[in-house]
This record gives sequence, structure tokens and C-alpha cells, in this order.
Amino acid sequence: MDRTTTGGPVVRPYGPPAAAGREPANLGDILERVLDRGVVIAGDIRVNLLDIELLTIKLRLLIASVDTARELGIDWWKHDPWLSGGDRELIAENRRLRRRLAAAEGHPVSAREVTEGARDE
Amino acid sequence: MSERGTYLYAVARDEVPACPAGVADSAVRTVATAGLVAYVSSVPMEQFGAEPLRRSLEDMDWLAGTARAHHRVVDAVAAVTPTAPVRLVTVYDGDEQIRDLLERRADDFLAVLSQVTGRREWGVKAYADPAAGPADDGAHDEHGKPGACAQKPGTAYLRRRRASLRGREQARRQALARADHIHAALAGVAAASHRHRPQDPRLSGRPDWMLLNGAYLVDEGRDEEFAALAGALGGDGVELALTGPWAPYSFTVVEMR
Repeated sequence: MDRTTTGGPVVRPYGPPAAAGREPANLGDILERVLDRGVVIAGDIRVNLLDIELLTIKLRLLIASVDTARELGIDWWKHDPWLSGGDRELIAENRRLRRRLAAAEGHPVSAREVTEGARDE
Repeated sequence: MSERGTYLYAVARDEVPACPAGVADSAVRTVATAGLVAYVSSVPMEQFGAEPLRRSLEDMDWLAGTARAHHRVVDAVAAVTPTAPVRLVTVYDGDEQIRDLLERRADDFLAVLSQVTGRREWGVKAYADPAAGPADDGAHDEHGKPGACAQKPGTAYLRRRRASLRGREQARRQALARADHIHAALAGVAAASHRHRPQDPRLSGRPDWMLLNGAYLVDEGRDEEFAALAGALGGDGVELALTGPWAPYSFTVVEMR
């Protein structure tokens, strides 16, 4: 596994294989490299990974996270009943409640806050 | 005697003095022609035929062992001489086919090898903690306004929820912009760079958001400069992890027939 610290990387060179105390590289990093990078040889050969579709499907699931937030696992809005499905009633209710809260706390909701709330929704 | 195939690990220009065992504990040997050296081993086709592979590649333990063995050979060769790693499970009928490949594609292999000569691949991953940021807002509201909470718990909930979501979205945008900045800075020191898809937490083994999964091909003389820069770019809620040096897997991605 990578060892990390906030503020800087831990440099842990793998070094030549013979080096004493060398830790094996992270399996995830190895899989990613040996399955998805390097020279691909196609054509008239006995076996290559390109032929093995099951593998690709399964491993894509494992390896293939993607660039967007959703696929980074940042999908909280999908599971949030207050935001999902364009539930306008709930959103309107939310806005009303926020105004009441602000009034109860003794300060009015500024125009800017209302605008921001509307934009987010 | 069972049927054998020739498994190809890597291609280089030079022979290395010693090589660890390959996949299925097979002994690694070389096939040399056209100024190139292929690192190969003989493997049983009852394990490495297309049909058995369909099953065994579904077995994570088998896959992990095979991937590590493949990597071990590639890594040993790359530690000594410029190397073009070949993708996992590339199996030929026999050595003659490998000789043929080297002769037909000699120019391509030599071009790839010259690109990575004197350079090493480093990996840099950036992580952000998904729990950082929004949790503070909620806690503050709860304790800061006990009266409001007691009277209107639903309202307080909504308010916290809203603040939390907005905070997270903002933190996410900032983190992604930060990743772009980190990558650009590192790429500036590297001879070549590649931004891979961030790994799934199941692969990275960490619950954090992986914001950057970069590979950098760095001149050997600039290794320290690169590592120092990577060190300076972390902090403020973003952790950087540097791995390597790796065989140049990310910079030898070519398809050949």
C-alpha cells in the first residue's frame, strides 16, 4: 500500500529487485499497469487479453473509475431525497423553512442568500 | 507432456544477467534477434489457453499472483535496461512466432525503447478526504443554535443539509482544480506525462477521493527534483502519494500485430 502523509509524499522507491527490505508494489497499481498499459500485441497469436471479454468487463468495473464527480463516488445527490428527481415541492418547502428559520433567528434572509439558494436548486 | 505456449513479458535491447521466475513458476529465458531481446517463458496451455483463462481470470487470487509474477519479470529487466513491457497474458504458440514479431516490428520496438531510455516512470496519486469540510457546518449549527434546533428540528436539519451539500460541492470543485494544478506542475518537470483515470476505492484500498492518478516519465537526473516538487505540492487537505520508479508501462502503450 502507499503510505502517505498530509503535506507531502512518502518516497518509497522500489529500487532494484535485489534490494533488501523492498516491499512489493501495491496490487492495485500493478493490476492497472499490467492490464491496461504497455505494448499490446494483437493479431495472429495464441492468446491475448483482447480476446477475453469477460475479464475486461469485470476489470473495467474494478479499475475504471472515471473523471467526473459521479464516478469518483461523489454521488450524494442521487441518494438525497431532498434533491433527487427534481422534487420541486420539497425544494420550495425547503426555501420557505429557511426563511422562517432566518426570521426565528432574528435576521432576514438577504436577497443574495435567496438567489444563491435558487441557483443551487 | 502437456501442451506448452510461449508467454511474452517484455522486449528490451539487452540481456539481463538474472531474472526471477515468471507466471506459473516458469523459468524465464530470452529470444534474441534483430537487435532485440524478448523475455519469455514456457507455460502450460491447460492454464493459459483462452478457455481456462476465462475462468481463472475471474479468480482474484489467481489474477493477483499472475499479475505480480508478470510485473516481477518486467521490473527486473527494467531495473537494468530500457524495457517495453508487454500486456498481461500474451501467449504465442512458440519461440518462432516471437522471433518473427521482433523482426517484423523491430523499428517500432526500437522507437519505443529509445523514448524511455534514461528515463523512469513515477506515479503520483492525489487524494482528498471526502469527510473534510461539510461536517463542520452541521456540527456548528447544531451546537451554535440550540434553541432553534429544539423548537424546529426539521428546519435545523434542512439548514444543515443545505449547508453541507453546498460545502461539499464547493470542496469538490476546489479539489478537482487543485488536481489539475498538481498535474500541470509535475508534467512540467517530466519528459512525458499521462493522466490515468482515478482508481476505484476497491482498487486503491482507500476510501478517499482519488483526484489524480498521474504517470510521469522523468529523466534519471531529475528524479530528486521531481520528488521534491511532488512533496511541495501536497498539503491543505490533499495528500500526494508517490510510487516508483516503475517500468515505463504508461509510455509504451502501442498496439502491434
